[in-house]
Amino acid sequence: MIPELGQFALVLALCLALVQATLPIAGAATGRHDWMALARPAAVGQFVFVVLAFVVLANAFLSDDFSVLYVAYNSNSNLPAFYKFAAVWGGHEGSLLLWVTILATWTMIVTVGSRSLPEKFSARVLGVLGIVSFSLLLFTLLTSNPFDRLLTPIVDGNDLNPLLQDPAMVIHPPILYTGYVGLSVPFAFAVAALLSGQLSQDWARWTRPWTVSAWMFLTVGIALGSWWAYYELGWGGWWFWDPVENASFMPWLASTALIHSLAVTERRGLFKSWTILLAIIAFSLSLLGTFLVRSGVMISVHSFASDPARGVFILMILALVSGGAFTLYAVRAKHMVAEGGFKLVSRESFLLLNNMLLVVALVVVLYGTLSPLFIDALGLGKISVGPPYFNSMFVVPMLPLVLLMGAGMHATWVGMKGETLARKLAIPAVGAVVLGVLLPWVIFGSAGVLTVVGIVAGLWVIAASLFDPVRRMIRRDGARTLTRAQWGMTLAHVGIGMFVLGVTVSTSYNIETDRAAVPGDRWELAGYEIVFRGLRDVQGVNYAAVEGEFELRRDGTLVTVLTPQNRVYRVQSSPMTEAGIDARWYRDIFIALGQPLGDGVWSLRVQFKPLIRFIWFGALVMAFGGLLAASDPRYRSTRAESRVSSAAAVSVETS
Amino acid sequence: MWRYLLPITVFVVIVGFFYRGLYLNPGFVPSPLLGKPAPEYDLPRLKDPSQTVGSKDYDGQVALVNVWATWCIECRHEHPYLVELAQTGGIPIYGLNWKDDRARALEWLDTLGDPYAASAVDATGEVAIDWGVYAAPETFLVGRDGTVLYKHISRMTPAVWEREFLPRITAECGGLPCTAASAP
Amino acid sequence: MWRPAVHRSERAVRPVLAAIALMLVGSASWAIDPEPAFADPAVQAEYQSLIREVRCLVCQNQTIADSNAALAADLRREIARLLNEGASREDVTDFLVARYGDFILYRPPLQPSTWTLWGAPFVLLGIGAIVVLRIVRSRARQSLAGDDPA
Repeated sequence: MIPELGQFALVLALCLALVQATLPIAGAATGRHDWMALARPAAVGQFVFVVLAFVVLANAFLSDDFSVLYVAYNSNSNLPAFYKFAAVWGGHEGSLLLWVTILATWTMIVTVGSRSLPEKFSARVLGVLGIVSFSLLLFTLLTSNPFDRLLTPIVDGNDLNPLLQDPAMVIHPPILYTGYVGLSVPFAFAVAALLSGQLSQDWARWTRPWTVSAWMFLTVGIALGSWWAYYELGWGGWWFWDPVENASFMPWLASTALIHSLAVTERRGLFKSWTILLAIIAFSLSLLGTFLVRSGVMISVHSFASDPARGVFILMILALVSGGAFTLYAVRAKHMVAEGGFKLVSRESFLLLNNMLLVVALVVVLYGTLSPLFIDALGLGKISVGPPYFNSMFVVPMLPLVLLMGAGMHATWVGMKGETLARKLAIPAVGAVVLGVLLPWVIFGSAGVLTVVGIVAGLWVIAASLFDPVRRMIRRDGARTLTRAQWGMTLAHVGIGMFVLGVTVSTSYNIETDRAAVPGDRWELAGYEIVFRGLRDVQGVNYAAVEGEFELRRDGTLVTVLTPQNRVYRVQSSPMTEAGIDARWYRDIFIALGQPLGDGVWSLRVQFKPLIRFIWFGALVMAFGGLLAASDPRYRSTRAESRVSSAAAVSVETS
Repeated sequence: MWRYLLPITVFVVIVGFFYRGLYLNPGFVPSPLLGKPAPEYDLPRLKDPSQTVGSKDYDGQVALVNVWATWCIECRHEHPYLVELAQTGGIPIYGLNWKDDRARALEWLDTLGDPYAASAVDATGEVAIDWGVYAAPETFLVGRDGTVLYKHISRMTPAVWEREFLPRITAECGGLPCTAASAP
Repeated sequence: MWRPAVHRSERAVRPVLAAIALMLVGSASWAIDPEPAFADPAVQAEYQSLIREVRCLVCQNQTIADSNAALAADLRREIARLLNEGASREDVTDFLVARYGDFILYRPPLQPSTWTLWGAPFVLLGIGAIVVLRIVRSRARQSLAGDDPA
């Protein structure tokens, strides 16, 4: 297909997005049904053309069309087909097209899923999504066109960055973007509510599954990025508090708070304006992340090639979309105060605390990330803010949150006696403390205070989450089984507990050594014996490598053979290391080759990382919990129900 | 009432900083040596390792200290101008050959010209660290009393010379041209 | 229990071209020094901890512990030397900051320009606690007044 077809498709999408962005909202304000009715067809049309553009670009990669500049920069004829497809989002222009495609897809799903919602409301929601689409499509076409041609012909392309030639790296951006961009949906719901001047508990019920779905993808996307960094970058780290990592984590924190705030709004009609504010903040953080990666304002391993002109454009989008939403909030939100009481010990209180602590964490991460910029801009010098700051400061709000989490799940709405709650929690609390203090000593032989605190916290959350479900199953209460949403909540919190355990144990008991070795050397690591068998040369499809062979033995028996490699990718002559990892649920053994030091001696990094898989398993369990919660039948209203509720909503809406 | 204005206010402030940030250079590391005494060193000469060259050689003079290496592409780009500057600049240029291969360095100076009064060989990088070097080429302007007056990172160009170095040299030498032989 | 292996750091002979290539590519592969010689395990632990807090100025997204840049290796060597000569952690950070400024430390120093940075988590927590308390108090009063919509 000719690339120009793709560009033309984007232009058509832009026009449809403009229609989608303007007329439905105007129609909702003036009561014009024909304008409101344009929302759905415009959204569908936009989706079709954006997907067409994406397909055209993908085809250009798969057919090695190096006359397209972006393909020439990011691909090569020797690249395996799978990576040629992934190369579509390997650079700025293509990843932006991915962003836009995913937004169009979410819009499409909202188009279908909002059929049972009131007419004005869905017109506004789609309208807001149209504004976002329009801005990003304009940005793409004016500054970042992936279909630009390369006028001087070349023989072969520049190859995809070897760091990206990895399966995890391939699925990480699409999944992450699905989450990131998906937060535009609750954002649109919030702005639609502000535009209408109304916010009902129904609104919260409509918004919640969209939020949880986006959150779910974001959780998996972040976990994938972390896991990839761990096994690919090879220094055994899984989170560096890099500005762009933080840029994906902050929307996660905001959307987690949003899910909990929506619970209160749905149930009691409280925290309305706060919930709206969170929804706006969450997506604004997504846009902020998009800005940070592409503007060159912060140094990051994730940065695309930066350009102040692009930065200014994204800043304008941010100003329009977020600034507009915040302004609307300032004007309209004060009309959304609700009456309703709850006692000191109640689920509402706990959720309020949850939100407060998550927001504190969010601000800590935001301030830490942006401080170097603030201080530089104020002429106060240049500083760096990295893991030493974040690792210690992030715990300040997080530890109370994790501890309160266990209790909050058991608090009832409106109010309860403190003693009742304490009695309920006694068994899991005592169990967690006892196990948490004993286990590290028994298994590892030593334990620092922080380690014990972390393990107790993780066990506490798991115990508190599972206490009720397990008790019901044992008692066979029969009639009252847990709903899918409740199982979702249980699993999501269990996931957090697993995550906390994984972080605490792998950080506290991690063993890492650098050593120089020759083939034949053997040494001991954490009860295992490692034997360096030898080295050999290996030829890959588009790389040449030196491979080391290491035997991992325990008590003499062979456990496995690890084969770390040092690769040189031919096209860019870029070196890459692939670590050799033996992964079990309870520990990783990790060997990476360094450099030849002469005379057959090689430097190596060898690591023992207990319970590190729990970090990502925990995230997966969390996400699965989200899936269960989002798919709970109570969010799917039947036609009859929805007609009743939309009639009621229409009679209530005034603008 | 005012709390509803808080989000938009914070947002505007942050966007303001971002806009400012677009025109800053986040990766640039300013030198803490500015206005402080330049590091002292004494290293083997490139052309005659049995002799040494160091800060004592330009003590009392205004001088340029240029960090260079053959593996550094930008050094290659600035070299012709340095050769010219050695003739027309009025002050001596002392080289610090940073973690380089001696044979290649000598060949480089032979073929491309030698702008340096002398080049010191920093094989281990220790002296470069003392100077806070992180990205060759770097050029330091050292005053008569040994104070670091200015540091420029990346290639030397006529524009940089005129805009940053000349005014400071003129100020240092009281409006008169600094010559290599001028003593306090 | 396990003890780390201690190896003397030989003056590694690294071809200059490899150094360039590695420096240019940055984080794709990394330099691993065999452990510098430390007689005292406490000093070694200090070294390991320190090099993870120093920013590599060439590959600015890595610590010097993980960076393969020549400058990173030089800095590691200098730090090891200083520690072996009996320098304290503060001496080492002072040494680095005197040459490269605060930028080189991933742990921002506590000084007037960073008071808000280091204070923020605690101040925010305090403010948050007060806000929550006020909201809970006002809602508890409403609850007592018998106001209980569905």
